[in-house]
Amino acid sequence: MADITRAASSEQGTDSAAIIAPPRVSNNEKLLRFIVPIGALLVFVLLWQAFVSLRGIPTYILPGPVDAIVALFKDSGTLWPALWVTLRITFMALGVALLGGVVLAIIIVQSKWLELALFPFTVILQVTPIIAIAPLILIYAPDTQTALMICAFLVAFFPILSNMVQGLKSVDHNLLNLFELYGAKGWQTLFFLKIPASMPYFMAGLRIAGGLSLIAAVVAEFAAGSAGQGSGLAFRLLESQYRLNLPRMFAALIMLCGTGIAIYALTSFVAWLTLHRWHESAIRREN
Amino acid sequence: MFAPLFVIGNRPLTDLSYTTRAPEAASEQRPVVTMRDVSKVFSNGTLALKGMSLDVQSGEFISLLGPSGCGKSTALRIIAGLGAPSSGQVAWPSSKINSKGLPEGDVGFVFQEPTLMPWSTVFGNVYLPLKLRGVSKADARDAVMQQLANVGLADFAKAYPRELSGGMKMRVSIARALVTQPKLLLMDEPFAALDEITRQKLNDDVLELWTRTRVTVIFVTHSVFESAYLSNRIVVMRARPGQVYTDLPIAQPETRDADYRVSEFYRANCQTVSDALQRAIQSAES
Repeated sequence: MADITRAASSEQGTDSAAIIAPPRVSNNEKLLRFIVPIGALLVFVLLWQAFVSLRGIPTYILPGPVDAIVALFKDSGTLWPALWVTLRITFMALGVALLGGVVLAIIIVQSKWLELALFPFTVILQVTPIIAIAPLILIYAPDTQTALMICAFLVAFFPILSNMVQGLKSVDHNLLNLFELYGAKGWQTLFFLKIPASMPYFMAGLRIAGGLSLIAAVVAEFAAGSAGQGSGLAFRLLESQYRLNLPRMFAALIMLCGTGIAIYALTSFVAWLTLHRWHESAIRREN
Repeated sequence: MFAPLFVIGNRPLTDLSYTTRAPEAASEQRPVVTMRDVSKVFSNGTLALKGMSLDVQSGEFISLLGPSGCGKSTALRIIAGLGAPSSGQVAWPSSKINSKGLPEGDVGFVFQEPTLMPWSTVFGNVYLPLKLRGVSKADARDAVMQQLANVGLADFAKAYPRELSGGMKMRVSIARALVTQPKLLLMDEPFAALDEITRQKLNDDVLELWTRTRVTVIFVTHSVFESAYLSNRIVVMRARPGQVYTDLPIAQPETRDADYRVSEFYRANCQTVSDALQRAIQSAES
């Protein structure tokens, strides 16, 4: 036994071995990585403001960034509730899509025939532009909010379903053999092997679906053209356009943009949290 | 005195000592696994294995040696219960059989690749066979840590597979195969993808393990040197169709080391095995 231990430690010497320390990135470079993109954005905003101010362009044609920021605060009573509505639709749709996509994927991979039977439906729903089905959904859904949620759900659902199906099918065959060899039950293979193995695929689907569900929530609201108390940011955008209130329009855009970034950051963080210990996608290349 | 009427082997039936000792001797001699006329036809019509029969005795180190396409891996997988034979039988005379006809837990399998779960630590990977049997983590800890110590990786229990070298991953795979204390260890070209130095080291380790535990091993390889170094019995196979060509017993000294690798004895063994393999390959071509 001692021999084996010695053999192992000497092998670590010859055979690339052990835990490799991450390469050091100089502090300067770290700082620059942060400064360069932020700086580029700031320069753009400054140029925009300078252009608007120096040319004296009226706000109903092109407001400057300052006007947009002012509107963001001045109109917060209108904009924040609208954002809340949009966010609620987005996240409810994403949640249902996650649950539905994963569960359906698990059901689909159990049977080749089931997959073939569902295949035309998934393709039809995926290739049809959501904005084209939205009016139809508006007719059948009990209320506008539900209709918007269904639209966002349909868009977010497919990246998760298709990625998850792909992931569940991409399990290493030898690992499947191994589980079979040890007499693993169906649920053990599912929870200990197939689901963990498909996590990288699921996370890719989640990142796409997160962004898409926000886009779909906005697009569907444009199509619905709903107004009044319970309306989201898309309606506020249209409304501002009709009233030539461009600063508010820009403020709403900033909000949407910020929300999109936040969703992307959140889903990326979840992916990193799940994968950083083991998956190549979350590990820095060592050379 | 009278002459015996029947003679089995060189023992007369009337020999009382034979009849009284027979059951005991038989239980010692019961093979771990037997293959009877096993054939395998793949779904594309290829005859991968034709009429293979093999008795594996307890404590043997058998190599299945042959060119690619000779059905040696197929034979190993059939023994493991991964894919049923098209005809013929595999029997486990000394094991308890489950509903699928497999001796659950009595077989360990080491694949050509380490085949580790990348999302799980070294500990988690070795724990897997016990986990699938419903053993709790706390109850399994000692067994898992002992196997890790046996392959010299006790300090790496918390590491992830990606942090290990190729040879270390293979050690984890071996520890996992042994954690259920199987009667039979099946190894499917386990070190073929490793560099020569690591491979020799792991061969020595496997040998040391076998000497210590006397676990029965079936080792698939296409290397004459590897099979002649490790095994005390080499089953040479031929291709098209895959079948047993010859079955060679190999005399081996108890301790084998670097000196043995350059000894005349080892060279002669290699020569014998190599000649048999050449004949097997030629017989498939003619």
